[in-house]
Amino acid sequence: MTTLDVVAARLRAELGADRIVNDRQQLRTYECDGLAHYKVIPGLVVLPRDAAECASTVRACVEAGVPFVARGSGTGLSGGALPHAEGVLIVTSKMRAVVEVAPADERAVVEPGVINLHVTKAATPHGYYYAPDPSSQQICSIGGNVAENSGGAHCLKYGFTTNHVTGAQVVTPDGELVELGGRAPDTPGYDLLGAFVGSEGTLGIATRVTVRLTRLPESVRTLLAAFPTTDQAGAATSAIIAAGVVPAAVEMMDALAIEAAEAAVACGYPAGAGAVLIVELDGPATEVEAQFDQVTALCAADGAFELRVAADPAERALFWKGRKSAFAAVGRISPDYIVQDGVIPRTALPEVLHSIGEVARAHGVRVANVFHAGDGNLHPLVLFDDGVPGEAERAEEVSGAIIDLCIAHGGSITGEHGVGMDKAKYMPRMFTDDDLETMQLLRCAFDPAGLANPGKIFPTPRLCGEVPRRHKAGEPTPAELF
Amino acid sequence: MELWADATEEDTVAGVPARFVAAPRTTDEAAAVLTAAARDDLAVVVRGGGTKLDWGLPPRRLDLIVDTYRLTGVVEHAAGDLIMVARAGTALDALELGAQQLALDSSLPGATIGGTVAAGTSGPRRMLYGTARDLLIGITVVLPDGRVTHAGGKVVKNVAGYDLGKLYTGAYGTLGLITECAFRLHPCPPVAATVQRTAPAAEIGALLAAVRAEQVVPSAVEIDAPAEGPVTLAVLVEGTVAGVRDRAARLEKVLGGQVTEDVPAWWGRYPWDRVGMKLTVPLSRVPDLLGLGAAVRGSAGTGVLYADVPVADAPAVVERLRATAVRAGGHAVVLTAPRAVREIVDMWGPVAGLALMRRVKDRFDPGHRFAPGRFVGGI
Repeated sequence: MTTLDVVAARLRAELGADRIVNDRQQLRTYECDGLAHYKVIPGLVVLPRDAAECASTVRACVEAGVPFVARGSGTGLSGGALPHAEGVLIVTSKMRAVVEVAPADERAVVEPGVINLHVTKAATPHGYYYAPDPSSQQICSIGGNVAENSGGAHCLKYGFTTNHVTGAQVVTPDGELVELGGRAPDTPGYDLLGAFVGSEGTLGIATRVTVRLTRLPESVRTLLAAFPTTDQAGAATSAIIAAGVVPAAVEMMDALAIEAAEAAVACGYPAGAGAVLIVELDGPATEVEAQFDQVTALCAADGAFELRVAADPAERALFWKGRKSAFAAVGRISPDYIVQDGVIPRTALPEVLHSIGEVARAHGVRVANVFHAGDGNLHPLVLFDDGVPGEAERAEEVSGAIIDLCIAHGGSITGEHGVGMDKAKYMPRMFTDDDLETMQLLRCAFDPAGLANPGKIFPTPRLCGEVPRRHKAGEPTPAELF
Repeated sequence: MELWADATEEDTVAGVPARFVAAPRTTDEAAAVLTAAARDDLAVVVRGGGTKLDWGLPPRRLDLIVDTYRLTGVVEHAAGDLIMVARAGTALDALELGAQQLALDSSLPGATIGGTVAAGTSGPRRMLYGTARDLLIGITVVLPDGRVTHAGGKVVKNVAGYDLGKLYTGAYGTLGLITECAFRLHPCPPVAATVQRTAPAAEIGALLAAVRAEQVVPSAVEIDAPAEGPVTLAVLVEGTVAGVRDRAARLEKVLGGQVTEDVPAWWGRYPWDRVGMKLTVPLSRVPDLLGLGAAVRGSAGTGVLYADVPVADAPAVVERLRATAVRAGGHAVVLTAPRAVREIVDMWGPVAGLALMRRVKDRFDPGHRFAPGRFVGGI
């Protein structure tokens, strides 16, 4: 019997046979997440029904020295939930209870497998919603959102998952259940919850999450502005920010992205646009009214040739449909594509877009640009045909060059998709060895055995037993100090 | 002053004297200081404006105070990107950012950026803007062994690597020395108005619910409750001229209150005389904290309040407030108290996840030299 067989037998006895998947064909359905060109068939899949079962699973892994990877809906775009061939994939899709909606406390408590949009659906009858709205919100899970610190179109004004999670029950990598944060704010002690959110499954698995609910805005107004060029759309974005307006969202698409969206979902964006901006304002009606006129005037001043205001929720949804479907839509105009996720200071947008264009031309590939213009989060889509020899490699080079541009402009290698498997190699370009070793200090505090989602985020594995550098020999051990 | 100097009689932390004071001007100088401190096994406490040195427990041992008073200035203010980078010793109320603001309220005049982040303090406007943990986008920290390290960056949206900024925020200087912070900024709102209503404590819960129900997006909802007697509720709205006029009028109607241009005198000031507590509860339980023998003030809009505990009756009142807060799902921490009180009350109260916190401390500061004993569980 292999070690995994032992783990499987133990969990079958403890949790029941229906929690375990070890049929080769069935295991194959879990071989990748949303980043499908990385594939690993997991050694074993476990589907716990509750926190206790999840903790039992982790304990079984720890005692057998087997790595484990958590997976929610599998929509991640950085390979964060890529399985381990000799490890256990813990899938939270059977933990889908909305435990409580407490509008008087502006909180909801949910299990990790709950779909993002379902939190909002549960809260809306009470006049509330859950603000973080990644484009995949109809299928992505809250547990995955917590692991990735997911953003969304509206995080310019409302922040990210980390700003909307106040508590989590977590199975630590040694199989203990701990409460981080809670229903009340500012839990005393280290903000371990803040460190946990966005740790990509390397510090444990959330088994119950307490989220902040946001009061529904009284008014929402959405503008679709068409510009001849991305430069002008970028200038309009800058003008809006400079005027002291904080829109709920400012999204930009360039001509190629518009072409793809039209082909896929017929969103009816103005013909001949070199760029469109979707600008959304929300809040008290009188505030929105005052600022909306200002935003419209600023877009016109920077050369918008068509301004459409959503007349009703249906038209608003149509504006957003083009944007939210953009990633999948490029499949209509290209057999293969890479979704990139990088961040630049927003003011560098025109310069970086030109540089991306130059790099793409030099490599003979096309790049469609979709981005959260308000916060400088770029999602260039590098188009290629895997059937043409060398094209995939050239696309990969362009994708890497875009990341270099982001770093050169003082930005980040990822704004919301995470580092995962895909970008671990870029981490040393953004952080020094000392920076990365400091992150390892946190990982080692949670996971000294290195079993929680190994191989993700960090380019080189580091054993936690190593004595920290410059640490004097003969110092008392922590145990002696307490 | 030289980089290093002998401590004077005033150089104490919660009553514990130091032997040396070092005042670095740059991150590199700070790294040199801490490398030397590590070599000589010195116990270190970081001092910013010195406004909260009496908070927490006294250090178990103390050799060196690292003072950040020369580590000041805004390094970068990129207005178009709504971000800024400042050195840790910069006073929060000395920031000049034109039409933009770092939306962190300074509850103690003279508090520095580093001290505000390290102590995790917040004020009324946390309701709209969040706290230091939410506004901090990048941080430079010199670790106890002298290494200079960074986390985060200079862009608002960034998920590369662990968000260590949140770990350092509110860590009371037990994990290292913060030398620089990058923050997201907000535009200064053109106008603001406050709506106030004074009412019996029994009515406060209903008034708070009425404010929540109204979709006016307040920047702050504060209460000021003396130990006995009626409670004042004050709601701040910020925005455009037309918007603020309308929102304030709606609140005036809902509360049966009065619109004023300025916030009340007590706004954003801690209420205590000698024994100060921080109380956190879920929103619906804020009224539970009233009438328990302590004056209470703070953010009823987020469930973060502060109490002035009478010295004479401190142990009983602390216990009563803590039992109420914990029962509600919250916490009650004694932030500051005279020595006689400190020695008989539990300053921090129950803390979940303490074992994990100790493991974090052991990794970052294996010699337990940074602010030893000041934090939860004797960390």
